[in-house]
Amino acid sequence: MRHDIDPAFRELPLRAVADAALSRARQLGASHADVRIERLKSQVVRIRDGRLESSNDGEETGLAVRVVVDGTWGFASSADLTPDDAAGTAAQAVEVAQISQPVNAERVELAEEPAHPDASWVSAYDIDPFEVPDAEKVGLLADRSRRLLAADRIDHVNASLVQVLENKFYADLAGTTTTQQRVRVHNSIEAVSVDRESGRFETMRTIAPPAGRGWEYIRGDNGASAWDWDAELAEMPELLAEKLRAPSVQPGRYDLVIDPTNLWLTIHESVGHATELDRALGYEAAYAGTSFATFDKLGKLRYGSPLMHVTGDRLADHGLATVGYDDEGVAAQQWDLVRDGVLVGYQLDRRMARLKGFDRSNGCAYADSSEHVPLQRMPNVSLQPLAGGPSTEEMIRGVERGIYVVGDKSWSIDMQRYNFQFTGQRFYEIRGGRIIGQLRDVAYQATTTDFWGSLIALGGPQTYILGGAFNCGKGQPGQVAAVTHGAPAAVFQGVNILNTTQEGGR
Amino acid sequence: MRTTSVAPQDTVEKSLALAAEVGADGCVVIAQELSSANLRWAGNTLTTNGLIRSRMLTVIAIVEGAQGTSAGVVSRTRASGEQVVAIVRSAVDAARGNEPAEDAAPLIEAAGDGLADATASWADEPAETSMAVFSEVAPALGTAFDSSRAAGRELFGFAEHDLTTTYLGSSTGLRLRHVQPSGRFELTGKSDGRSRSAWAGVASRDFADVDVAAVEAQVRRRLDWAARQVELPPGRYETLLPPTAMADLMIYLYWSAAARDAYDGRTVFSKPGGGTRVGETLSPSPLWLHSDPGAAGLECQPFVVAMASSAASSVFDNGLPLGPTDWIRDGQLRALLTTRHTAALTGLPVTPDIDNLLLELPGATQSLDEMIAGTERGLLLNCLWYIREVDPQTLLLTGLTRDGVFLVEGGEVVAGVNNFRFNESPVDLLKRAAEVGAAERTLPREWNDWFTRAAMPTVRVPDFNMSTPSPAS
Repeated sequence: MRHDIDPAFRELPLRAVADAALSRARQLGASHADVRIERLKSQVVRIRDGRLESSNDGEETGLAVRVVVDGTWGFASSADLTPDDAAGTAAQAVEVAQISQPVNAERVELAEEPAHPDASWVSAYDIDPFEVPDAEKVGLLADRSRRLLAADRIDHVNASLVQVLENKFYADLAGTTTTQQRVRVHNSIEAVSVDRESGRFETMRTIAPPAGRGWEYIRGDNGASAWDWDAELAEMPELLAEKLRAPSVQPGRYDLVIDPTNLWLTIHESVGHATELDRALGYEAAYAGTSFATFDKLGKLRYGSPLMHVTGDRLADHGLATVGYDDEGVAAQQWDLVRDGVLVGYQLDRRMARLKGFDRSNGCAYADSSEHVPLQRMPNVSLQPLAGGPSTEEMIRGVERGIYVVGDKSWSIDMQRYNFQFTGQRFYEIRGGRIIGQLRDVAYQATTTDFWGSLIALGGPQTYILGGAFNCGKGQPGQVAAVTHGAPAAVFQGVNILNTTQEGGR
Repeated sequence: MRTTSVAPQDTVEKSLALAAEVGADGCVVIAQELSSANLRWAGNTLTTNGLIRSRMLTVIAIVEGAQGTSAGVVSRTRASGEQVVAIVRSAVDAARGNEPAEDAAPLIEAAGDGLADATASWADEPAETSMAVFSEVAPALGTAFDSSRAAGRELFGFAEHDLTTTYLGSSTGLRLRHVQPSGRFELTGKSDGRSRSAWAGVASRDFADVDVAAVEAQVRRRLDWAARQVELPPGRYETLLPPTAMADLMIYLYWSAAARDAYDGRTVFSKPGGGTRVGETLSPSPLWLHSDPGAAGLECQPFVVAMASSAASSVFDNGLPLGPTDWIRDGQLRALLTTRHTAALTGLPVTPDIDNLLLELPGATQSLDEMIAGTERGLLLNCLWYIREVDPQTLLLTGLTRDGVFLVEGGEVVAGVNNFRFNESPVDLLKRAAEVGAAERTLPREWNDWFTRAAMPTVRVPDFNMSTPSPAS
């Protein structure tokens, strides 16, 4: 059963404020105006070596008004929520548009969207983490930390909990009004082992992903069906000890079996960002960058092997980018980005959809708070598993000389999304179809289309996991967004492996 | 338009009084008011813009318990009338529920002479910016768009001006106010069907010193340098790292310099066998890496403002005066980031985080152009991007060259070169710096969302590790 919208948010003067802003904007000549009232509740708890380091409880509420006047955007935001402030903020947005108009050469027009009057949507979660006493949260994190600290060879443990409750009210001149609520949580625990004499140290972090779920997920109520915390914590000390004594990798080409706990981030960087239409068109050229997947290549670019089927969606249950409606009042959808290895779609907002001749936006406008203008942001971008496909073990059995990669760690990719380099939490050497032990100092590096072209096997639905992150950055002023990436395990042939110690000149 | 209904100073006073009433043993209240204006452009046209007003009230309640001293921290943007009561109660309740804080210490009592201005300006209003701050920049951009369009070039970029006014009050009598101006202007130019790309940027406190034409000239010069293109393979190259690239690398080093983490054996600044590397020589050159709230043109908050405790900050240190701090002096590591608590733990002096960073070689005078002229064969970078830690043990970082790599031969830039992915440690680079130019104010390309106040030199590295090529342009 879905929760109701938090009454404390509903009790804000949502409609009165929105009406005041919209009518002032209309009166001042805006052809389009939208208002967002947002409330972002957050809590961050950090535990260091089993002791509370910090617990911060935050709440940001504010108003955003965006207008189109004479074909030019104008935006203003305010922390105050009275009808008078809203009308004043709308007037400011119109003024900003008027100041900007002389240096705007591209007339802003928006793709049509049916009006969604009085729509309401709440994400799927059981327990609102803001209703859970702090002592229970701190107690759980401290207990998990102490379980690790009790193990031999674990010297330090950092644990963190981040929880967010996001409420958005949206209204526009076309008659859409949406009220939404969603919850997300992330518990991360990192163990450190230090060899005092040599000074060598290694870390290992939980690979449990963040999720659009409630406290039940962190507590582990639904057990292995969501995440098996106890099992993961129980195996970490031995895994870390093995990593510390593992041999350093010989650089060269290896077949990689990549676990979804690592592959989600590679999908994020090399497919997610590369299929953002604003990047492909150059709107992010000065900051986040552009994309090799330019618009002229739509329907033609061979992105990867025919096994590759990547979707964009804002519908997946527990997805971090899942919503009912985006920040331009567009209803959530699912569509193909890459089908049979070919680029077939982009992420759109209403302006770019109109500009490039699409009938409708696919709902990728998102602003991270009332302080910021909506940008085209990533939906859940997921690599589809192969129906009837193999298990991870079966895929490992098919690899002669390779490496099995588990968990994400370091990531970096160039401004056009070609050259990337990733590390991981664990790298296992595969010989003759068998795992023979962990390796150290491993990074894999490739060019996006070469990498996806080397995809030779895809796992079945039984290997499919939703990974993701809270901290995807884009835009100026900078905005963060949470996003999910579903992935099966997959095999990539002949990928370049670097030895990070040798890279450091040692 | 002034919309603040209640003065932030009154909110601070009310919060402190309420905290005492509901039984807090100590309290720090931080009220921050942000006023910000921005313009963004792409493909020779303005794209988005914004005028932002926001505020945040943070209440840090301190409670003495049988087991020790606990803190509770609550932050809210809405903090008028009855809301303040709820915020203070939540903070005190959180403190009562929390276990004792490891970093507990008596709150700072006296502001001291160094904070006379911060104390004297307490009653002043929050500072406010507006779109008018761009009154010179916006038309100059329009002119640049027109000339670029005519010349087949495209301009992309961003201008932002922020004024953050912080009011910090404590139950121990501190009343401090600080206005932090921050500004950045970034311009990327592309030509030849976007196959050539160049960036230039400047930091500014008030935009009075932002010369759009001068920044554009820098971009054009670099696009011209790339008129001829050569492909070079990966490898170790003699490389000139300009100030913005050095800033991004040194900021990463600075962010990795928490004494507590080093003491725990888990950073590049840990000493094998225990302790930290403070006192160790990191560079044969007498390099000086330092921070100073009073550094000319880079002035920043002269006291600690901490909303959360971490390895490098403590909420109990709020209001602690900050002064000039040497991190590396004469090539020797002199200090790491400490709080009063971690200073005691590690036996190091109290040297908290300061919001600017300067690297210089005392006496160095060479400009970038002079260092180009002194290069027989090498690469000149423009800036770096997507810098991430690969190995904390050595602080090995990876990242990419962006918007300009050039080949220098016989003292002149002769061609543009493909981009590369690098793998390098900034700590190791200090050791290998073969030549260091004059320090100048620079805008860090990658980290300017968080860090805009830096002065850095151009540095010549004889063997910079260009690990793999990148086709990005």
